[in-house]
Amino acid sequence: MAASHSTPGLLLTERQTTPVWHNENVRAFALFMLSLGLFLLFWEIGAKAGWFVKGVPTATETIKEFWWWVTNPFFDNGPNDLGIGWNLLISLRRVAIGYIAASLVAVPLGILIGISPVLYKAFNPYVQLLKPISPLAWLPLGLYLLRDSEKTGIFIIFISSIWPTLINTTFGVANVNQDYLDVSKTLGASRLRTIWKVIIPAALPNIVSGLRISMGIAWLVIVAAEMLLGTGLGYFIWNEWNNLSIPNILVAIFIIGLTGLLLDSLFAALEKFVAFGRNS
Amino acid sequence: MSTAPVNTVDPVDTRSQTAQLSIRNVAKVFPGKKDLFSKLTGKTRRDFVAIQDINLEIEPNTFVSIIGPSGCGKSTLLNMIAGLSPITGGEILLNGAPITGPGPDRGMVFQNYALMPWMTVEENLRFAVETVDPKISAKKRDRILKEHIQLVGLTGAERKHPHELSGGMRQRVGIARALAINPQMLLMDEPFGALDALTRGFLQDEIERIWEQQRKTVIMITHSIEEALLLSDRIVMMTRGPAARIDEILDVPFPRPRNRETIEQHPAYHALKAEMESHLFRETRAVEAARVGG
Ligand SMILES: Nc1ncnc2c1ncn2[C@@H]1O[C@H](COP(=O)(O)OP(=O)(O)OP(=O)(O)O)[C@@H](O)[C@H]1O
Ligand SMILES: [Mg+2]
Repeated sequence: MAASHSTPGLLLTERQTTPVWHNENVRAFALFMLSLGLFLLFWEIGAKAGWFVKGVPTATETIKEFWWWVTNPFFDNGPNDLGIGWNLLISLRRVAIGYIAASLVAVPLGILIGISPVLYKAFNPYVQLLKPISPLAWLPLGLYLLRDSEKTGIFIIFISSIWPTLINTTFGVANVNQDYLDVSKTLGASRLRTIWKVIIPAALPNIVSGLRISMGIAWLVIVAAEMLLGTGLGYFIWNEWNNLSIPNILVAIFIIGLTGLLLDSLFAALEKFVAFGRNS
Repeated sequence: MSTAPVNTVDPVDTRSQTAQLSIRNVAKVFPGKKDLFSKLTGKTRRDFVAIQDINLEIEPNTFVSIIGPSGCGKSTLLNMIAGLSPITGGEILLNGAPITGPGPDRGMVFQNYALMPWMTVEENLRFAVETVDPKISAKKRDRILKEHIQLVGLTGAERKHPHELSGGMRQRVGIARALAINPQMLLMDEPFGALDALTRGFLQDEIERIWEQQRKTVIMITHSIEEALLLSDRIVMMTRGPAARIDEILDVPFPRPRNRETIEQHPAYHALKAEMESHLFRETRAVEAARVGG
């Protein structure tokens, strides 16, 4: 096409001819696909040529296996031969119960501790002491106290996902911008109204990021805990290890990662939703 | 009292019966740190007298500006009037009753707007109105919201959140919120301090227009001489701190309604401006000299 002589026409043509690979997202995606392709290629060739230890499946084998598992997610031939969909749902259910219970305790408790300096000082030692304990350290205690592997799993999720939410909520509530509180004071708002209408919404971004971290931890912990319990994705991996079925382990790892990613992006979206121009 | 020398200022004599706000011998001392722990760590701090012997009577429907060198205690004084900061000496009377805490009879406009980011423009106003009068009818409430959004020229932006607005628009919301609760008095701490010169000018004109309509008592802190001259009936000039006092109170005689072109023609304009400039220059230079001297 001949170049137009009028300026707007020229601008338009220029914009149209800007190559797509100038777009940052396009370039990032291309790089991603390229590195993925190289990785798969390296894996495939390496496995075929025997660069790794004996028994490492090739990339194509693994992908086939993966396809088989995701197209047959729900079958049930007893606890040692359960579709990955069932296992995923079992893990998600445990996480959901433990995590929701933890959040229901952590958010209100965090608000209380955050608004009261006395409570803060009184409870801080507990938080500081319990926070650094590895979740799995609770496992024997849980089994002894609850005498039930299902309940123990949930208990471990509860105890490990409570701290980030509690700490972030406390921090958010204790550090609400003084200006908002001054506005509330000059209007003569009651304490309850201030908490409900000002302090909680102001702390919401912190609360949600606490919930997000907690969710990540819960998902990390469940897989580890389930290796020692009966069912779920963690048990699936353990079971496949006993069967020495490496492709299935890789499939499960990928599904765990993908689920974690989805859960996290859910909370990322929620964080954006409550930010209103803050921290962005 | 008739034997008192002419030139000593006796607060009892200057007390006016008609004053809406009486500030009497007010002082603010920020307590230092002298406890055992601070002594051990060598971090003791002496008491800091920010302001002292402040006497000021403010009549209803006057626009008063407070001007003074940075850090002299203007915000401290305004926060005490607002009831946000405890008064450590003397008393402040509002309609004859001592101020003990904050209240909706004083509307506050903040330098950094202090809008709730999670509330829309309308919700910010509604929060104020409903807090002050929880039993207000929906119809009356909506009328007040609409009126005040219109008053500051924000019609059409009701459903926007503060982060979608420019600084000037945010402060319009701040002003509307302070006025929507129908306070007796408006307190403004450098309301335009964070705005660019042009936006600042627009908002000053708006304040002048709104003031002509409502004639509420206003106490405004400012660093701008022109702003004070354009808007005020009286300008309170404070000395530098610590123990800052009121140095002088200027009466601004320009007729209203005012605009920036016509007041510059007024014979008193340049003298007033020069006086304020020399005051501010002298005090600020003294502050700098003290700082350099250690
Ligand atoms: N909480 C506090 N504790 C100790 N000193 C304080 C406190 N708040 C303010 N001051 C001191 O009191 C003095 C007056 O502060 P203030 O903020 O009222 O000044 P200002 O006149 O409003 O200054 P600016 O023009 O910069 O806003 C300052 O020297 C400040 O350091
Ligand atoms: Mg100040």
